[in-house]
Amino acid sequence: MSYQTHLQRLEAESIHIMREVAAQFRNPVMLYSIGKDSSVMLHLALKAFYPSKPPFPLLHVDTTWKFREMVAFRDRRAAELGLDLLVHINQEGVAQGIGPFTHGSAVHTDVMKTQSLKQALDLYGFDAAFGGARRDEEKSRAKERVFSFRTRSHRWDPKNQRPELWNLYNGRINKGESIRVFPLSNWTELDIWQYIYQEEIPVVPLYFAAPRPVVERDGALIMVDDERMPLAPGERPEARMVRFRTLGCYPLTGAVESSAQTLPEIIREMLLARTSERQGRVIDQDAGASMEAKKQEGYF
Amino acid sequence: MTQTPEHAGATAEVEAYLRAQEDKTLLRFITCGSVDDGKSTLLGRLLYDCQLLFEDQLASLENDSARFGTTGSGNLDLALLVDGLAAEREQGITIDVAYRFFTTDRRKFIVADTPGHEQYTRNMATGASTAEAAVLLADARKGVLTQTRRHSYIVSLLGIRHLVLAVNKMDLVDWDRETFERISADYRAFAARLGIDAVTCIPVSALTGDNVTAASERMPWYDGPTLLGYLEGVDVERDLRAGPFRMPVQWVNRPNLDFRGFSGTVAGGEVRVGEPLVVLPAGKRSTLARIVTMDGERERAGAGEAVTLVLDDEIDVSRGDLIAGAEARPEVADQFAAHLVWMDEQPLLPGRPYLLRTATAALNAQVTEIKHKVNVNTLEQTAAKHLALNDVAVCNLALDRAVPFDPYVDNRETGAFVLVDRISNATVGCGMIDFALRRAANIHHHAMEIDKSARAAAKGQKPCVLWFTGLSGAGKSTVADLVEQRLHAMGRHTMTLDGDNVRHGLNRDLGFTAEDRVENIRRVAEVARLMVEAGLIVCVSFISPFRSERRLARERLDDGEFLEVFVDADLDTCEARDPKGLYKKARAGEIPNFTGIGSPYEPPEAPELRLDANGSDPETLAEQVVELLAARGVI
Repeated sequence: MSYQTHLQRLEAESIHIMREVAAQFRNPVMLYSIGKDSSVMLHLALKAFYPSKPPFPLLHVDTTWKFREMVAFRDRRAAELGLDLLVHINQEGVAQGIGPFTHGSAVHTDVMKTQSLKQALDLYGFDAAFGGARRDEEKSRAKERVFSFRTRSHRWDPKNQRPELWNLYNGRINKGESIRVFPLSNWTELDIWQYIYQEEIPVVPLYFAAPRPVVERDGALIMVDDERMPLAPGERPEARMVRFRTLGCYPLTGAVESSAQTLPEIIREMLLARTSERQGRVIDQDAGASMEAKKQEGYF
Repeated sequence: MTQTPEHAGATAEVEAYLRAQEDKTLLRFITCGSVDDGKSTLLGRLLYDCQLLFEDQLASLENDSARFGTTGSGNLDLALLVDGLAAEREQGITIDVAYRFFTTDRRKFIVADTPGHEQYTRNMATGASTAEAAVLLADARKGVLTQTRRHSYIVSLLGIRHLVLAVNKMDLVDWDRETFERISADYRAFAARLGIDAVTCIPVSALTGDNVTAASERMPWYDGPTLLGYLEGVDVERDLRAGPFRMPVQWVNRPNLDFRGFSGTVAGGEVRVGEPLVVLPAGKRSTLARIVTMDGERERAGAGEAVTLVLDDEIDVSRGDLIAGAEARPEVADQFAAHLVWMDEQPLLPGRPYLLRTATAALNAQVTEIKHKVNVNTLEQTAAKHLALNDVAVCNLALDRAVPFDPYVDNRETGAFVLVDRISNATVGCGMIDFALRRAANIHHHAMEIDKSARAAAKGQKPCVLWFTGLSGAGKSTVADLVEQRLHAMGRHTMTLDGDNVRHGLNRDLGFTAEDRVENIRRVAEVARLMVEAGLIVCVSFISPFRSERRLARERLDDGEFLEVFVDADLDTCEARDPKGLYKKARAGEIPNFTGIGSPYEPPEAPELRLDANGSDPETLAEQVVELLAARGVI
């Protein structure tokens, strides 16, 4: 019998992690952010429990500023697969009119994403939440555990993490505490795309190049996805051939010019990439350790 | 800036690339060495040379080098690529386990980067637990140091069998061959003491890149592999595949009443549909009916694969059980000796209960005895009353129920466990099982207020012992089981004592020497007697090869209560059946003192019943036993 390939081993490890969560926790949830990593994570969950359906719901924390195509894709996938999809919106934030244009990316992300996520976890009493983060994304993530303990107030303490040995995951918690689980910890961006290609996993069409209306701001190409986007005097959206390497809130997600319309073209582009994927996220362009600070606060 | 691919050509080119990547394997390795050995620089060099650094990562690296770098202005400090958390960067040391990734066309690599400081033994154990190979660094100017020995010990403790000693900073010793060879010889001598024989020594310079990914022109005297060449080529999976089949059950898969599967990751060996299996700790046997995955049904599954197994009958299996090949079973025990690494600020105290988590089971456990601590620097053994953070020790543990396991040297997944504090829920220790302990169990005696006849009267039956004796594979347990089913159906109160089952519990401390066999039967006879006192009809199914012990059992009971049933099958017949694969092992010399081969069987001279078990249907044989009971007035 031939050895497992690297993708087969990654797949098996992720499935193992998901089954541990299903077995160890009372009320787990899968955070579904609609992006390519979430698509892979969902595909792995379907495999892990087949022929059963995944024994947990999906949760999307909707900031109300996601690309419209993302929301459409989300609803279509959940319906096709017959999965239980929960959508949470921070209504307090909506009532205060919080948005990226009026309050800036930091306030918007904190209120509509980080706080909203905590609200949802508390509301439903989830004791474990799957996230699609990868250790290769950013330096502080390289030390993150697969089972990452969070206090009652959802804080992460990077100095006091549980040792994690072999594939023995410690999911023991007291009431109110929770575990964030990262089944894609050992995948890289290249692994993700290769797997999507090999397994023919559906992804949001925004990853593929198409003519889209964009404006250029601070060097980033921002897509004008709806009428809420305020345009400066003289600023006019122009149709350019663009695609997205990561997906988030449309005002905070820069497009790249590209003609890659197929998966092989995307993979080729990535192999030749001169900029790594998170650069498209406006949110990360802070001081070096900002992601670590956000994670301590409860950001995924 | 954006690339503009030529569509058709690009697609074909990438598809060719992806096809070439399909066979790429995965290697997990650990790097160990001190802050000064240049470990982070070596790892940064591997990442850098494998050209996985995207341009903006390089850009931010240049910024960071100006702020924190220690290599002087203008030079990239490759170590900063791999040092993560902000606080650590300011201290200039790595304090935790970080995982890094790089890839070549042949392999994807996951690197556990762990610190070299003494107080962080636990981090190294953590990183080593999932590693298949280890790269140890030594400074060419300093040679094999105490910490090199310490790291080697922990690496060997965690069962890593493929080891590289990278003798770094060869640039600072003028690429001197003698220096390298002296360090290599020192190290090999030390590694041999640890039982590590697969050591590869490579002279490198992380700073200049010599022998890291490309052969060094400055060390033409070295003709071994480069570090990357070694990592790309080392075969770490063969051993795992060759072992006996093991799959811990993680999750019972029941989408509806028509499907009941057992999901888990194969922890060793491989299995094919139709093969006999045993489910432990209960010891129930079954046959593999299907291997289910979302990608279709499979004919076989091997180590590392996450699958769902369907058995061909409805036996009770749950999370925590271990499904194993019927022929090479794991051990089942509730006491064993293990190496422990203590990982918590609070000391380990013998007798304190902890939660012990194995491949799937979680149960209460306590350390009953600290045999000795191991000084990881000198390998000296010292006595200890408790264990402190980063202590390594050999301990005896007692569990509140028996679990199936393999010695860690045989299987890293079924031989490992972690200890969890029951109050803080922190992971406080990890362990590697050495062997099961065989020690006398306490047998409790009860004061009898009501006598045997009173108990029997309440059950409306006459108690007795049906003592089934015969060779392994004669069919004793099969017939005894059928007899008990019939009696049960008649409303009789019964109990069966089975040789294998009792050896997993009451008699787990006994081996198969003549002395132990005597003790084995003595105990079973006592238990059977107690059960007769309780008013039960007891089926005892033991090889019980010696007449004197069968007589002893008879004498412990009143007249008429002991019915000896000789299940008589020829040795050839039993050997051909070999339901547990034991004859094969015995013939191979793996089981000394096996009855009929290395140890005699003394047939009964005057049994109450002799069953011809060479070919008869077990149902017919069971019927003869029931007739005996009727004839004796038992039923």
